[in-house]
Amino acid sequence: MATGFGLKEFGFLLVGLKWTVLLSIIAFIGGGIVGLLVAIGRTAENRALSRAMAIYIGTFQGTPLLMQLFVVYYGLGLIGIQLPAWAAVAIAFTLNASAFLGEIWRGAIQALPRGQTEAANALSLPYASRLRDVILPQALRIAQPATVGYLVQLIKGTSLAAIVGFIELARAGQIVSNQIFEPILVFGVVGAIYFLLCWPLSLYSARLETRYAAAAR
Amino acid sequence: MGPTLDFGVVFEAMPTLLWGCLGTMGLALAGMSLALVIGIGGVVTRTSHIRPLRVATISFIEIIRNTPFLVQIFFLFFALPQLGLKLNPTVTAIIALGVNGGAYAIEIIRGGVQSIHKGQTEAGLALGLHKAQVFRFIVLKPALRAIYPSLTGQFIMLTLTSSICSSVAAYELTSVAQRIESDTFRSFEVYFTITLMYLAISWILMTGFAVISRQYFNYPTR
Repeated sequence: MATGFGLKEFGFLLVGLKWTVLLSIIAFIGGGIVGLLVAIGRTAENRALSRAMAIYIGTFQGTPLLMQLFVVYYGLGLIGIQLPAWAAVAIAFTLNASAFLGEIWRGAIQALPRGQTEAANALSLPYASRLRDVILPQALRIAQPATVGYLVQLIKGTSLAAIVGFIELARAGQIVSNQIFEPILVFGVVGAIYFLLCWPLSLYSARLETRYAAAAR
Repeated sequence: MGPTLDFGVVFEAMPTLLWGCLGTMGLALAGMSLALVIGIGGVVTRTSHIRPLRVATISFIEIIRNTPFLVQIFFLFFALPQLGLKLNPTVTAIIALGVNGGAYAIEIIRGGVQSIHKGQTEAGLALGLHKAQVFRFIVLKPALRAIYPSLTGQFIMLTLTSSICSSVAAYELTSVAQRIESDTFRSFEVYFTITLMYLAISWILMTGFAVISRQYFNYPTR
């Protein structure tokens, strides 16, 4: 029987929200680590490695996130790896995030003046130190606005886990909506929660961008 | 039972899948057309002197850009009938794609319009060009060139996003694939194949757009 939208329903949405946040954090950390390797590989002098990373990035950017989710989700099962739904979904989001973050950071690395690399070479810094102490700290700083902006895409993207049945915020909304027959109200609330999560990040990203634009002038 | 792959059922369903590809392209094209209309209209209201219009447009842009497409399409799917609009899922999906893409298009087009300096028009008129000529060669073409990469990128994004429209059973590639999957239980094979199809679609679009850009916008800037 329909009971209306009460505290119980709202609490259920908040449990979903917890998973949305967790999934986003896992994908951001995992995607950040893999993405850093992707960016380094993409900007490496080794042509084959750079090309392979370009294909990796192009594949994830050229296919729908939903398909990546399906392929990883069913692919893992097919090769006999039994994972809980959240782990399978987290792997898919991590791979996706690694491609997008890799591309953002590649842009930032290539935006650095060549003199930085040349100076590091002239000081005969080894490759690892050149990356760790010279290139990456500057590149990641330039990339900050785009990285925060991508975080918004990532949070919104986790809603697709709902389609494979994982109960995060969007799926929780579907369930509540089916129970109390008030889809407009429920999806309005769900949308508002996403908005409260994403909007501050969008504003922060825009602020970082104007700050860096001012600093670069 | 070990892992076995069987793409046979996928090959049998190939004609259906190719129709699904056409459905996806149709959905994306219709959605993008609506997005452009919203985009152009939105630039007018976004830069209007009337404050409430400006605030409403900015709110629209921020709400759309900071909520997931999935939630937007669910909302529309249930909200439109309440407004007395009983539409089939595919039309609902087109509206959802158009509204979503429109919010991004407003900002892209606004950037293009504002990139044309006023002095350019004045210089054109001073050189004795017609008003129509000034508009065509000095305002429209450079503005189009400025927004072309973002707008075509947006179109490809919209094409990929349209896969989410399967959740309201709109006619497109993913929902066609879902039907085949539920008939054959070959989930991985079906989704792997259509992933390659999406990849091919976005590659063709990207290459096509690049060719057009080289043909049409190939002239020196400075």
